[in-house]
Amino acid sequence: MSIFKKIITAVRGGASEAGEAIIDANSTRIFEQEIRDSEKHITIAKRDLTEVVAKQMQAARELAQTQASIKEHEGYAMQALNQGNEALAIEVAEKISELEITAADQQQSNESFLKSSDRLKELIKKSERQLTEYKRQLTMVKTTESVQKATSAITDNFSASNSKLLNAKDSLDRIKKKQAMFDDKLKAAEQLESETPDSSLQSKLQEAGIGAQKTNAQSVLDRLKNK
Amino acid sequence: MNIHTIATHLNKLEEGTGTGLDFDCTPIDGEIDVLQVEIIGREEIPIFVSISDNQILCIAYLWGEDEVKSDLKLDMMESMLEMNIPMPLSSFAKVADKYVVFGALSINSSLADIELEIATLSDNSLEVINEMDNYLN
Repeated sequence: MSIFKKIITAVRGGASEAGEAIIDANSTRIFEQEIRDSEKHITIAKRDLTEVVAKQMQAARELAQTQASIKEHEGYAMQALNQGNEALAIEVAEKISELEITAADQQQSNESFLKSSDRLKELIKKSERQLTEYKRQLTMVKTTESVQKATSAITDNFSASNSKLLNAKDSLDRIKKKQAMFDDKLKAAEQLESETPDSSLQSKLQEAGIGAQKTNAQSVLDRLKNK
Repeated sequence: MNIHTIATHLNKLEEGTGTGLDFDCTPIDGEIDVLQVEIIGREEIPIFVSISDNQILCIAYLWGEDEVKSDLKLDMMESMLEMNIPMPLSSFAKVADKYVVFGALSINSSLADIELEIATLSDNSLEVINEMDNYLN
């Protein structure tokens, strides 16, 4: 069963209870061991690959040398034939034949090294994919467990402090009310601030006798006298 | 990164906040370290931060299964799936019988990234409850 399915089954099956492990500790250890093994395999395969590639390069170099030597001897054979020296030409031809056998062997080992390096490269890729997969699955297990443990700590904290998570709508209402009160306070403060300079201007105008003046007994009497 | 570094950073922010929010952090003891982050004015919906081997998880509890109008549960879940991508930085999930929004960060995230994650998660949780209240009792 895949880890994903195991997690779903365990969570649905009630493993979300505090402290209960989602995957038993032994399985987690096996996973960790598999990850270590895969890493080891990859390291060995990479070392082997370096060796094989080095051998392949050497074989290719030797093959090139042999092929150059064949060409060189073919030239000699042609020269000997042109001189009518058949005996020498045969001797050179025998040498060419030996070189061709060597070249064939070298070609074969070169191809075999190339095949080995391709196989190792494929193996490394496969192991790396496997390793990524193991790591991803282990992360899933560990995250699920840590969330469960964290949830259990949070729940314990709420029960210990005798408080509980409020109903969502009530929580939002309370937050909105606090926000409205904060906004009101801010508005009131702004209003007060905007009124202050205006009222101080009014008093200055009054003092200077400009604008509407306060009525008092004297002003009333003066008005009556003027009638 | 550990929860105490995050707590010290968030508690010290005051005027230096990049999100305009004030934080109050309380570590919760347990097998896994959890940090309860309260945002001033939004204490009813705290954010819980926990750190594991490879990631930092921030979770806000939205509502319980018992708060969902049972005949509208399927519609609610569809709305959640549809909202999952447009909702910045956060995703929906379910932990036991509670619906949550959460955000996961790399263990190498900066403190400013974590502050932004927590602030965004808090904004998202308020927005979600506001928008989905017709599915709730």
